[in-house]
Amino acid sequence: MTAQGWFQISVFFLAVLALAKPLGIYMARFFEHERTFFDPVARPVERIIYKLTRVDEQHEMRWTEYGAAMLMFSVVSMLLLYVFLRLQHFLPLNPQGFPGAAPDLSFNTAASFTTNTNWQAYVPETTVSYLTQMAGLAYHNFVSAAVGIALAIAFIRGIARHERETIGNFWVDMTRATLWLLLPVCIGFSIVLVSQGVLQNLKPYQTVKLVQPQRSADGKVTSTQTLAMGPVASQEAIKMFGTNGGGFFNANSAHPFENPTPLSNFLEMLAIFAIPSGLTYTLGRMTGSQRHGWAVWSAMAVLFLVGGTTVYWAESHGNPLLHGVDEQHTASQSGGNMEGKEVRFGIAGSALFATATTDASCGAVNSMHDSYMPLGGMVLLVNILLGEVVFGGVGAGMYGILIFIILTVFIAGLMVGRTPEYLGKKIEAYDVKMAMLAILILPLLILVFTAISVVWPSFLASIANPGPHGLSEIFYAFASGAGNNGSAFAGLNANTLWYNTTLGVDMLFGRFLMIIPMLAIAGNLARKKTVPASPGTFPVATPTFAVLLMSVILVVGALTYFPVLSLGPVLEHLLMAAGKVF
Amino acid sequence: MTKRGKSKRAVWDLKIVRRAAVDAIWKLNPQTMMRNPVMFVVEIGSVLTTVLLVRGYRHGLLHSGFSLQITVWLWFTVLFANFAEAMAEGRGKAQADTLRKAKSETIANLLRDGHIEQVASAKLRTGDVVVASAGEFIPGDGEIIEGVASVDESAITGESAPVIREAGGDRSAVTGGTRVLSDQIKVRITSNPGETFLDRMISLVEGASRQKTPNEIALNILLAGLTIIFLLAVVTLQPFAIYSGAPQTVFVLVSLLVCLIPTTIGGLLSAIGIAGMDRLIQHNVLAMSGRAVEAAGDVNTLLLDKTGTITFGNRQATEFVPAPGFTGEQVADAAQLSSLADETPEGRSIVVLAKEKYGLRGRDLATHEAHFIPFTAQTRMSGINLDGREIRKGAVDAVARYLEQNGNALPADVRAAVEKIANTGGTPLVVAENGRAAGVVHLKDIVKGGIRERFAQLRAMGIRTVMITGDNPLTAAAIAREAGVDDFLAEATPEDKMRLIKHEQSQGKLVAMTGDGTNDAPALAQADVGMAMNTGTQAAKEAGNMVDLDSNPTKLIEVVEIGKQLLMTRGALTTFSISNDVAKYFAIIPAMFSGTFPVLNALNVMHLRTPQSAVLSAVIFNALIIVALIPLALRGVSYRALSAEALLRRNLFLYGLGGLIAPFIGIKLIDVLLTASHLA
Repeated sequence: MTAQGWFQISVFFLAVLALAKPLGIYMARFFEHERTFFDPVARPVERIIYKLTRVDEQHEMRWTEYGAAMLMFSVVSMLLLYVFLRLQHFLPLNPQGFPGAAPDLSFNTAASFTTNTNWQAYVPETTVSYLTQMAGLAYHNFVSAAVGIALAIAFIRGIARHERETIGNFWVDMTRATLWLLLPVCIGFSIVLVSQGVLQNLKPYQTVKLVQPQRSADGKVTSTQTLAMGPVASQEAIKMFGTNGGGFFNANSAHPFENPTPLSNFLEMLAIFAIPSGLTYTLGRMTGSQRHGWAVWSAMAVLFLVGGTTVYWAESHGNPLLHGVDEQHTASQSGGNMEGKEVRFGIAGSALFATATTDASCGAVNSMHDSYMPLGGMVLLVNILLGEVVFGGVGAGMYGILIFIILTVFIAGLMVGRTPEYLGKKIEAYDVKMAMLAILILPLLILVFTAISVVWPSFLASIANPGPHGLSEIFYAFASGAGNNGSAFAGLNANTLWYNTTLGVDMLFGRFLMIIPMLAIAGNLARKKTVPASPGTFPVATPTFAVLLMSVILVVGALTYFPVLSLGPVLEHLLMAAGKVF
Repeated sequence: MTKRGKSKRAVWDLKIVRRAAVDAIWKLNPQTMMRNPVMFVVEIGSVLTTVLLVRGYRHGLLHSGFSLQITVWLWFTVLFANFAEAMAEGRGKAQADTLRKAKSETIANLLRDGHIEQVASAKLRTGDVVVASAGEFIPGDGEIIEGVASVDESAITGESAPVIREAGGDRSAVTGGTRVLSDQIKVRITSNPGETFLDRMISLVEGASRQKTPNEIALNILLAGLTIIFLLAVVTLQPFAIYSGAPQTVFVLVSLLVCLIPTTIGGLLSAIGIAGMDRLIQHNVLAMSGRAVEAAGDVNTLLLDKTGTITFGNRQATEFVPAPGFTGEQVADAAQLSSLADETPEGRSIVVLAKEKYGLRGRDLATHEAHFIPFTAQTRMSGINLDGREIRKGAVDAVARYLEQNGNALPADVRAAVEKIANTGGTPLVVAENGRAAGVVHLKDIVKGGIRERFAQLRAMGIRTVMITGDNPLTAAAIAREAGVDDFLAEATPEDKMRLIKHEQSQGKLVAMTGDGTNDAPALAQADVGMAMNTGTQAAKEAGNMVDLDSNPTKLIEVVEIGKQLLMTRGALTTFSISNDVAKYFAIIPAMFSGTFPVLNALNVMHLRTPQSAVLSAVIFNALIIVALIPLALRGVSYRALSAEALLRRNLFLYGLGGLIAPFIGIKLIDVLLTASHLA
């Protein structure tokens, strides 16, 4: 642990804090149709889109209509991507002449990108064409992010409105999220990335001469290397801002063409948290309780810092079993556990990136999570298991934490001697029922799929390591899928019929079965009267509340997954301390 | 007979305990258990381990004492929860037995076509007219249509002093089972057999008509949800254990499940609800539904009648203000003389004040030639002619007219004093002697002692108080200021009251009020908590959702507190129950796997002796904590009038942090005891 590392963490933290307010205000303004500086550019385009698609922007939707529109849109988009993947060899912009993808892989990938997961069972640079990347995958990166943000805004409206039946218009919210936010920000960000050396071309793959020819064990000499090319920067920008995480290359943000410099690394991390952090400010602004927005932000920030510093600590201390290997930090080396990490990012830059990508449901990686120390890897796993509500995915983090807030308010709210209230809305049986359904879906998917996978011999064949580490590999995959994270612990060969199918189902259910009860709560809250605040009202804008919210998130998460975690990473850590590795 | 409200039963009343212990076994019936999902899961678990135990025994497999002990303690967990519920019901049942005695069959004197017929009281129908004379029981609920009588209502209210009931007005309602002490009344019956007040009261205290309240339903959903999550965690643990090469026995898995699911709150939830109703009954308030009790905790606005709630019913003299040329003593003397024959409370208070302030004793007027002038609607004055002195007292305009007749005007100083008194909410009475103004008596509404502090507490809890009065706005404002209410409604008509309630409710607020008259009935029905006075009319009692048997409107504040306490108890025990799980994991998980992976003993932070004693200790703790918390569930958590933020911090510390730490200590202690007694 170095001063430079702590400095990087602090600067990152302050940058996230600084961005929250301006972005939050901007989002609140354009979603509520207030004037913004960007209107002259975006408004005419928006009008044309509505004219072409015959969307009535004045039309307000009930939660059921909002949900139906969202589902219909997602199904059509998913089918579109499936077709792209299957038929890419008939389509243009395929300089490498890649064939169509297999049905189960296409289903898995279509589900993955529709749900903002970006789990990649395929190897991008050897399987998908430029057209599939740009029109198939990048399209989803934008719209799945826009859908998430729209849903979060709809939920916030449900809280803010009273005695109303409707929560907004899905088409309008999604269009605005794209035109006002995602497109302009990503265009700017991709130019910045290009300045750092990220690729942006449509060239066929380049063959270059190696500086030093390599001789392999069987005597063969390799003197050239094929470098994958492509429109990387444009996709990289939305991959981070939309917390999608699907890399243009298999190595994701560890690849020098995706994330070449420490500065690009810093900006990519910042891009992950920018929108989710800003949404807490939007929450405060739209519900008229800015302090509540900050209380939620603080709870997220503390959970992020605790996780981040734990990973940093675990990785800095290196592997105790590597006797005789110098793991000390010096001017010429990072020290610590550098396995699976890029030298240009070091321990802090990797630990921070890994924490951010698992806190948010991003899933981009700049280091291999499989190679982390057991406790470091456990924190990443726990981040996902907590429901990715530490800032969380764009929109998904917001509605995820709102579910937790409702649960928190209900459990602790009774203790102040009133029917639990959240910002003036009474939390009643229906809301609790829906919140419990939303909370239940993740453990159901993660635990059941993992349990089946670890006892079925043929499914077990996919893991690279036996023992507790193998358990973590499978567990991480299903957690990542259901939580729509998309990062892989690696070490698991997921491109099999079983994993492609179950992970596809895992991702789809993990997203949509959570969204439906969430929208139901939003619709129900919008209908309720708002009870004016008084000293007797349950406080949701105080440090006590922030602490309480964190406790509920941690306790619910810990209680659900304590047994698996103790047989996975905890056992691995203890065994490692006793000298046994996997 | 003592007042029930004051004779609080001890929590562990032996008779109730014995009855509850038997009931706890009857409640094992799966159909009954199914209403409580958490405890139903425990029962299924207990059945499962029992079957395994018996099967193993039949196949000649010798089970260790461990499996047997686990099974026994699982059954105890269920029984303890049932016992808690039975204990809560027990107090009501004991009370219902007393009430049933009052319900014993009586003979009614039914008036039919001018003749009196003797029929059984159970045959009476709505609309029948009966006659009840001194010494007889009133055969059914009804309204007095003729006559006045003193009635002993101790069977219902526990209050032994007789009350006056008369035809017409707001004191015409009588209750079946009460006894006429003097005179004779004619009563029109207003309820059918089985629907009388006494019947309702019995079923209420017994909890027979108990339905789950909205909050309880929501909490049950949460608990059921948590149970499903833990069921998932435990069921999937076996595959993980098999993968890890350490499969577990059903006994251990069921133990883990039972320890994790929220049995503490699940087992005590219905007891808390019943005890809440019971606590109201101890205060002599009958809530018609648990919903009303819960609503009381949520109340945002209290509408309180000024008279009887905020002030004592009557105005009292507090000051004598002399006119120019008179001394205070002279005014007091004149006022006292003029009030000697005045039997109104105001008049009496003048006599008392003069005595207290100037030592003037009530004189024996027999030796003097005294002539009292009674109050009439024409003169609107009263007074006395005594030894040549002519003393009059009355409202300012009446006395001013009297002075004019004597060629005098009301002095400016007196007029100023009158205005000053009126401005502070008092009632000025002008006293005149021999045609000249002598001074002014200040009559004042006396605010009840301590009420200001109560309102301040309510404000701290976020409850607004609104005073309802028929007084003019000036007087109302002054009293409102003195009593410290947040707002007032002056010159209030029943319609105004209704409008106010609807206005508050339209803002999402919950409103509580008290009332007794028939014209209060619509407002009582509209309010979220409507507490009718037992002395009130039948209409009022039917419109409200609570009846105060003591007819003390101030009690509305206590009702609110009881409602809050009920909700707080549920929240506190839920938090406690969930926090407990952390320690149980640390007991059971290392016990499960340290055999295969000795390194996992690092998680055995409590240093429990053996895996068996660890699991057993957790299960025993889980069962015993239910019993240990029964008194808390029945009494409710200690109640303080604090802001929500302060309450939250306090309860979070007590039940959240306490719930985290307590089981670590408890489980360790049980482990030590088990090891010492060689049970595990």
